[in-house]
Amino acid sequence: MARRALRHLLLAAGLLVAFAATAHAVTALKVTQIVPGLYVHRGHDDVATRANGGDIANIGFIVGRRCVAAIDTGGTAAEGRALRAAIRAVTPLPVCYVINTHMHPDHILGNAAFKGDRPQFVGSAALAEAEASHAESYMRVLHRELGALADGSEIIPPTLAVNGSMTLDLGGRVLKLQTWKTAHTNNDLTVYDESSGTLWLADLLFVQCIPVIDGSVTGWLADIATIRQMNPRRVVPGHGPIDTPWRDALDAEEAYLSALARDVRAAIRAGKTMQQAVDTIGLDERKKWRLFDIYHQRNVTAAYAELEWDQ
Amino acid sequence: MITTGATRRAVLRGLLAAGGTLALLATFAIHPAHAAQPGDDPDKNARWQDFREGMFKGRPVDTHGDAVIKLDAPARAADAAVVPIAIAAQFPQTPSRYIRKLYLFIDENPEPYGGSFEFTPDSGLASLETRVRVEDYTFLRVIAETNDGHLYSAVRFVKASGGCSAPAGKDDAAAEADAGLVRLQPQGRTVFGKPQLVQLMVRHPNRTGMAMNQVTRLYSSAYFIRKVQVTYADKPVMTANVNFSISENPNFRFYFTPRANGELKAHIEDTKNRQFEAQVAISSQPGAQQSTSTTP
Repeated sequence: MARRALRHLLLAAGLLVAFAATAHAVTALKVTQIVPGLYVHRGHDDVATRANGGDIANIGFIVGRRCVAAIDTGGTAAEGRALRAAIRAVTPLPVCYVINTHMHPDHILGNAAFKGDRPQFVGSAALAEAEASHAESYMRVLHRELGALADGSEIIPPTLAVNGSMTLDLGGRVLKLQTWKTAHTNNDLTVYDESSGTLWLADLLFVQCIPVIDGSVTGWLADIATIRQMNPRRVVPGHGPIDTPWRDALDAEEAYLSALARDVRAAIRAGKTMQQAVDTIGLDERKKWRLFDIYHQRNVTAAYAELEWDQ
Repeated sequence: MITTGATRRAVLRGLLAAGGTLALLATFAIHPAHAAQPGDDPDKNARWQDFREGMFKGRPVDTHGDAVIKLDAPARAADAAVVPIAIAAQFPQTPSRYIRKLYLFIDENPEPYGGSFEFTPDSGLASLETRVRVEDYTFLRVIAETNDGHLYSAVRFVKASGGCSAPAGKDDAAAEADAGLVRLQPQGRTVFGKPQLVQLMVRHPNRTGMAMNQVTRLYSSAYFIRKVQVTYADKPVMTANVNFSISENPNFRFYFTPRANGELKAHIEDTKNRQFEAQVAISSQPGAQQSTSTTP
């Protein structure tokens, strides 16, 4: 009798350990609480590789009294799960909003990890279309570059669309969401945390990592001027260190973009072809920016295609 | 699910001809799991072999065509939807020997045949620069046909992804409303008897029809420039039969040889049968040739 009871006890204990093991099987993403209740994870300054698992963007969450808003979810479902574990490590409150700041895969492909929470997925009114048109290409490259690390990743478009501005309340914590003139993309969305005066700029601000133009260089320069006028207390950039004084970071980004626009305009006026512009413009910026070799020529191409009709 | 390349291309062409919504594309496995590699043998590509058989019917293609034609394209495209390519003719056009046609072929694009460009002795030089869409890592080829019927090819490998299925990011209605603005601009000083470079720019979405419009849940219909006819003094100098392989806001740089004052004209047609024109007066007097006129 005692032996059977012992066996049952051991079995139960074994099951408990197994259950506990699976519950803690996901390692929580490392996050920094930069102001009370606002947590940011610093991604790798790199392109998505197997070594970094596609974790290449700054993402995070904001905690209110009633619920939590995730802001971007990372490059894979696995990273989304790690973000969710980081939220759980800090609060048991439900995730009521998953906000995607724009369509790029490093910001949205963790959404699947939050399906069970049944949050509102929030994004720009232009986000769903942008995601749908790039979906096939994003998923193909994702699986090619990350293999099994990408398993379970899917694009989950917004259930709540922002066109202009929108206010969300997490329970005594008001977030003001805002869409922008086409800049980094045509579906950029920022989140302003009123309690702390923190403006989550996401990819409207790149720090040390080269800004990537997948929208409009002139629109981006106009948006930078608006951001300056908003004069937030703190900002969260989409890539790069999260503690750089924001005015310096914005100045550096503006300097890169305005020099690019100026040099491309001059090249067009001088009758240079797109390839000639791509081969010669902005090469002296190389040491100032990470991932310059990957993205700078693309920026020149984008600026040239945009500005050649301006002349 | 249709998976064979030839069948899929045939269906795509049929859909292109229909020009209607291409919702069926959603069920197509457009992309192979395995990407083309720069080390592959360009002659062994199945789609190129199909095309060569169909278009040239067993006529030999000289793959060492450097003395006739050269092709420049970036090894890694900055933007897959806007890949600049430069086709450089290696000898001037003369009545006894000239390049009469260039064929453009992008192996791994959903529609690999990018179109053709026709030239005459009056073209001066059968060179052409433009920008193309590249859907996946691929060989990009130009085949030059000389007036004696010989064929020569030049090939480059380009790494790019998503150029055909990524939309411009601007709204379809706005892009269509803007379409048709044309700029026809000679570049540099005109010298009679010498080939003169020209740039032709057309504002046009040049849509592939492979990008889904989330609002309607349909694929935007393909809508693109299909024909460009450039004449000087009413004689053809460049005629292009093209498709959505050319990037949004098509841009062509090519040559013609002016021998006396005259008018350079461009006539453009798109798949909705809209027609656009531009003309510019050419003269050897300095300051007289930068004017352009457009009729949207």
